[in-house]
Amino acid sequence: MSTTFAKALNTALRDAMSEDERVLVLGEDVGRLGGVFRVTDGLMDQFGEKRCFDTPLAEAGIVGFAVGLAMSGMRPVVEMQFDAFAYPAFEQITSHVAKLRNRTRGAVGMPIVVRVPFAGGIGGVEHHSDSSEAYYAHTPGLKVVTPATVEDAYSLLREAIADPDPVVFMEPKRLYWSSADVELPAAAPPFGQAVVRRRGNDVTLVAYGPTVPVAIEAAEAAREEGWDVEVVDLRTVVPFDDETVLASVRRTGRCVVLQEAQGFAGVGAEIAARVQERAFHSLHAPVLRVSGFDIPYPAPKLEHVHLPDVDRVLDAVARLQWDDEPDTRWTRGLDGHGLTGAGLGGVA
Amino acid sequence: MTTTSESDLSTRGATRLLPSTDPVRLLDEQGRRTGDDDRYPAPSDTDLLEMYRRMVVGRRFDVQATALTKQGRLAVYPSARGQEACQVSAVMAVRDDDWVFPTYRESMALVARGIDPVQVLTLLRGDWHCGYDPVATRTAPQCTPLATQTVHAAGLAYGESLQGRDTVAVAFIGDGATSEGDFHEAVNFAAVFKAPVVFLVQNNRYAISVPLAKQTAAPSLAYKGVGYGVESEQVDGNDPVAMLAVMRRAVEHARSGHGPFLVEAHTYRMDAHTNADDPTRYRDAAEVEAWAGRDPLTRLEAYLRSAGVLDDAGAEAVRAQAESFAADLRTRMNTDPDLDPLELFEHVYATPTTQLLEQREQVRAEMEAEPDAEGTAEEDHR
Repeated sequence: MSTTFAKALNTALRDAMSEDERVLVLGEDVGRLGGVFRVTDGLMDQFGEKRCFDTPLAEAGIVGFAVGLAMSGMRPVVEMQFDAFAYPAFEQITSHVAKLRNRTRGAVGMPIVVRVPFAGGIGGVEHHSDSSEAYYAHTPGLKVVTPATVEDAYSLLREAIADPDPVVFMEPKRLYWSSADVELPAAAPPFGQAVVRRRGNDVTLVAYGPTVPVAIEAAEAAREEGWDVEVVDLRTVVPFDDETVLASVRRTGRCVVLQEAQGFAGVGAEIAARVQERAFHSLHAPVLRVSGFDIPYPAPKLEHVHLPDVDRVLDAVARLQWDDEPDTRWTRGLDGHGLTGAGLGGVA
Repeated sequence: MTTTSESDLSTRGATRLLPSTDPVRLLDEQGRRTGDDDRYPAPSDTDLLEMYRRMVVGRRFDVQATALTKQGRLAVYPSARGQEACQVSAVMAVRDDDWVFPTYRESMALVARGIDPVQVLTLLRGDWHCGYDPVATRTAPQCTPLATQTVHAAGLAYGESLQGRDTVAVAFIGDGATSEGDFHEAVNFAAVFKAPVVFLVQNNRYAISVPLAKQTAAPSLAYKGVGYGVESEQVDGNDPVAMLAVMRRAVEHARSGHGPFLVEAHTYRMDAHTNADDPTRYRDAAEVEAWAGRDPLTRLEAYLRSAGVLDDAGAEAVRAQAESFAADLRTRMNTDPDLDPLELFEHVYATPTTQLLEQREQVRAEMEAEPDAEGTAEEDHR
């Protein structure tokens, strides 16, 4: 039976609420409307206004309120309507949600899930398509999760709700209406375990969230060029799975990191650094990043220029193929090809 | 065009929410009872005697903590001297199972609540962020970011009511922090969800150096509740009798299902913002002097003596108790805490990530390679 990504999330919430009375859903328009992406559809009807409720329109208030709810023993799941709307809540998330366990020496945990519909590709106007995962991933105490498949939408959200620690759950908006033949409840590997979505021997392509389908498509296309590309889906950015990524790179000897977010100081930079620190002697070429440009998310008619696509990934893969001629190629017109230059500076 | 008459406001319930025109006061500056206020029955003399005891201990604690800062035992200390009536009344107005949400200036309130003073000072001493168990003490960590804890209080109070408990939360906040967005979101959320929260605004006239007039144009901070549909009151924060009476009514209002209540206590911070601050740069000696004449402890003591519930021997007994409290605190603060650097990695997540375990191992190796003089090496010599 075909199930959409959004429906899998909805079912995860429903199942978690059925199993545990402490689970609450709150946010803007999550009640009667069922959320602007319908992820909370029907929850208020089924569980009542005490379990699924609309709040005043104030993001810091929503997250701060959830902190208090968690202190009283509840397990709140909050919805931030869109990525860039979550910024007013940033202080609550970084100063309190992330730190309360630490500040209280373990006495007060924060079992809160902050759901953030994120990233672009849906033709949204400004402030509706930000990739904000690096802000959260840079904050100790938070787990940062980005499902890319229908199974993961269900299983990772269930795990997020059950987790004793706060989880920023980043839902790629452009995958909401993707679907798969999946029977729910679906089981999948736990947090901190990346998954190889496609086996390959020549290049490791690391992706997460919205770029996983792009990576798989690129890997299929690369086969026609004779390149055997392995795709690793991180699933959780924090905890980060060094083991799976490094095992793959040590085998393939080449690595491209793919992210939709702007490149500078992003998650891809962290991954590239970790790979080069830990698998340097296995590498036949520098780790490359393919990312969005270092610009505010563009207007809808130009987002196709910004978003890393299959061609841009293939271009990066092509640049990793010259084992015997390490000459000027690495400095040639890279920015013009949408590869982030920052990661290549040291090679020039 | 019509103007809104008072009766229109009344129909819509607005007048019910309005604070008194002047701050509620039940003791004058000489400590004489000013008469009764039907809305705020005066507490019993027994309760006031207990309040006096906690205020004397609180002030002695505050003076001691300030001294410990000068001795380098505390990294910083924000004094609350002069605000004893606000701090003590708030914790006396609640039950042990109610929650309080303090700021960094509420050390005295926490001591009055019965939390071990060494634990209260742990944050300021610099060995861990929150020195006490918030769950066991029903006291949130002292909050350094401004106003953020007020939203937590609203959420906790609502969460408690959802679970059928009649717990009340008291959120402390200063005058400056009422300018922060989180305060407004907290009052609004609490009102919409009828959460049993009391917001206690201690208006001590200055946010570090910025005076109230530069903070707000409102005639009183108490009026800030009205716009959100929250019953509000202003009170003489240096009048212990009025403070306890108003806080008790506020807590009762919240507990009985009427939603939040906002109290503005007019008071004054007698000392600097913290030891790092020079208050002579921004306020007149004459102003400080005038407020010294409204000292809450002197007022309460005068009242209790005139009521015949306190005499020289009684006052001396309380003072002796405060001295012994301070002496005990000094002794215990004179020893350096035993800290384990490896614990740094234990409370980031419920279970450390592999990366944290690697970093923990790095620190462990560093400690082994270079045992410091006071730590392992010394033990090795024994």
